[in-house]
Amino acid sequence: MTESSNMQATVQEITTALKDKPGALLPILHAIQDKIGYVPAESVPAIAKALNLSRAEVHGVISFYHYFRESKPGNHTIYLCRAESCQAMGGKKLEQHVKDRLGIDFHETTADGEFSLEPVYCLGNCACSPAMQIGTEIYGRVSADSFDTTINETKELA
Amino acid sequence: MSITIYVPCDSSAISLGADRVAIAIAKEAEKRNITIQLIRNSSRGMFWLEPLVEVATAEGRVAYGPVQVGDVTSLFDADFVQGGAHPLFLGLTEELDYLKKQQRLTFARCGITDPVNLDDYIAHEGYRGLSNALKMSQADIVKAVTDSGLRGRGGAAFPTGIKWNTVLGTPSEQKYIICNADEGDSGTFSDRMTMEGDPFVLIEGMTIAGIAVGANQGYIYLRVEYPHAHKALNTAIEKAYQAGYLGDNIQGSGKTFNLEVRLGAGAYICGEETSLMESLEGKRGLVRFKPPLPAISGLFGKPTVVNNVISLASVPIILDKGGDYYRDFGMGRSRGTLPLQLAGNIKHAGLVELAFGMTLRELLYDFGGGTASGRPIKAVQVGGPLGAYLPESQFDTPLDYEAFAANWTVLGHGGVVVFDDTANMAEMARYNMEFCAIESCGKCTPCRIGSTRGYEVLDDIIAGRELSKNVPLLRDLCNTLLNGSLCALGGMTPYPVLSALNNFPEDFGIDEKAGAA
Repeated sequence: MTESSNMQATVQEITTALKDKPGALLPILHAIQDKIGYVPAESVPAIAKALNLSRAEVHGVISFYHYFRESKPGNHTIYLCRAESCQAMGGKKLEQHVKDRLGIDFHETTADGEFSLEPVYCLGNCACSPAMQIGTEIYGRVSADSFDTTINETKELA
Repeated sequence: MSITIYVPCDSSAISLGADRVAIAIAKEAEKRNITIQLIRNSSRGMFWLEPLVEVATAEGRVAYGPVQVGDVTSLFDADFVQGGAHPLFLGLTEELDYLKKQQRLTFARCGITDPVNLDDYIAHEGYRGLSNALKMSQADIVKAVTDSGLRGRGGAAFPTGIKWNTVLGTPSEQKYIICNADEGDSGTFSDRMTMEGDPFVLIEGMTIAGIAVGANQGYIYLRVEYPHAHKALNTAIEKAYQAGYLGDNIQGSGKTFNLEVRLGAGAYICGEETSLMESLEGKRGLVRFKPPLPAISGLFGKPTVVNNVISLASVPIILDKGGDYYRDFGMGRSRGTLPLQLAGNIKHAGLVELAFGMTLRELLYDFGGGTASGRPIKAVQVGGPLGAYLPESQFDTPLDYEAFAANWTVLGHGGVVVFDDTANMAEMARYNMEFCAIESCGKCTPCRIGSTRGYEVLDDIIAGRELSKNVPLLRDLCNTLLNGSLCALGGMTPYPVLSALNNFPEDFGIDEKAGAA
């Protein structure tokens, strides 16, 4: 099977399993993003059909929520907190270091496809600011040095 | 005596290396042929001491912290498994000042039990509230909650009992209980700690709510940024089903309550209750007009209770010990306790559950110990990104909903973010407008457009351009947001912006105090 037909089969399987839940759209989008890494534009017609919605409605929901993405992310997504508590502990300086170190801005992916960088507004780790999350791993009291160490380790693990 | 060691599984503790410490302890014990029982408890909420490792001794649990992987060998050398002396030894955990001075009702078990062990929960007074509720009439359960004086801990402080009573009194075949677990305010983490550290208390509280108002379906709307809480809740829910605490015929009572976790997707606005319900229905999280109230026409148009995590988690102790017991804590119209969260630039960041009434100053210095940087505290933002910045002159405000409101400040969800004197409050005000622009749902014009115009004007002010024109323009804009927005996002963003302007005019390039908003 081609990559595209594989993707369609995955989407079909997920929508069939979840479409009868009340308010099924978000659970479906989460399941697709968990499995594929993003919500491909090609999946929208199948989702719309299964839920009896217009494609515009499905697209509207995908684009409303910051977490859902329509393009392939890097191997690791770094969520860097920009909120007040992290700012109070040097978050802005760290943000600049992260961008310089990776050579990308928010919502971008490094050229080697390793890391995507996304802003996040609070990880609930405010007692250990500044905070970031890579995938589902959470890090506290992040410094420029500890950030560099962490991304090197993350690369090696991959 | 068998050896029991506790290493927290709270995500903040993990963010400081708790998982690696747990692995290192298990390995070292094996190497030395020492049999230990390693329990992943949750955090006690003293994050400057995390990872905080505890050991059970005949005198009680003793603590060591902060423990890093490199300390594990020396801890074993010091015979810490028997409570031996070590530079990281802190003494009996319960005797630590920070904990001893608190009044933990909602957080009674947090950090003590294994969060997803149902037997442990029951052994620590869990499910007593539900057991009582099952013997009471619906009206009596609602009355107990009303009598307790409990008000919504999500920030709006609406009396929980009144909300429940409206849903109880609205006839419908289908009703819902929603737990708002979209804890998006910076500086807050009490919901997260509850869900990770004592998930059964939330499940019990929601079950009681369901029985009280006649709702058989509950949803926990959880933010996607909390993967550890998601896992803990799902594990606990599964165990509650297996043990007959959820599902049909709860504990042989004939009552039904089903519960499911639904994930948000990174939209701050979905913490607003009507936007949250839109999201649960599978739509864009656009704020609804009120009325109708959710209690009358909420999720899928049915009567719905929407309560914050801490509100619901406070219900079991109220039903266990009675509304009067809870009501005896607190001051004025703020009854019971509030789990406060000390965050940002603070030496002793953590969770402090106290009866209402202590002053902010006591919290900042007696508990918090001043800033982490050692510099003077310049400003404190209480109540999240929609809360005002308080200058030193307001630190004697008692932690009480009405006392805060009288100062044009908000207590909100109890998040306290501390800034030292290096913070620039004009930059913070600009960030608050930018945040509003990023997170606005776009339904009402003041919020959607006003927020963008807001940070543009602030850019001009920060650059020193035409202050005599732009400062009044900013005030005028804030006035429009305050009075013309549909919900609290647009309606309260002026709180941090104007409080920054009024309390720290020098940061905006203004020489004198500019007067009240």
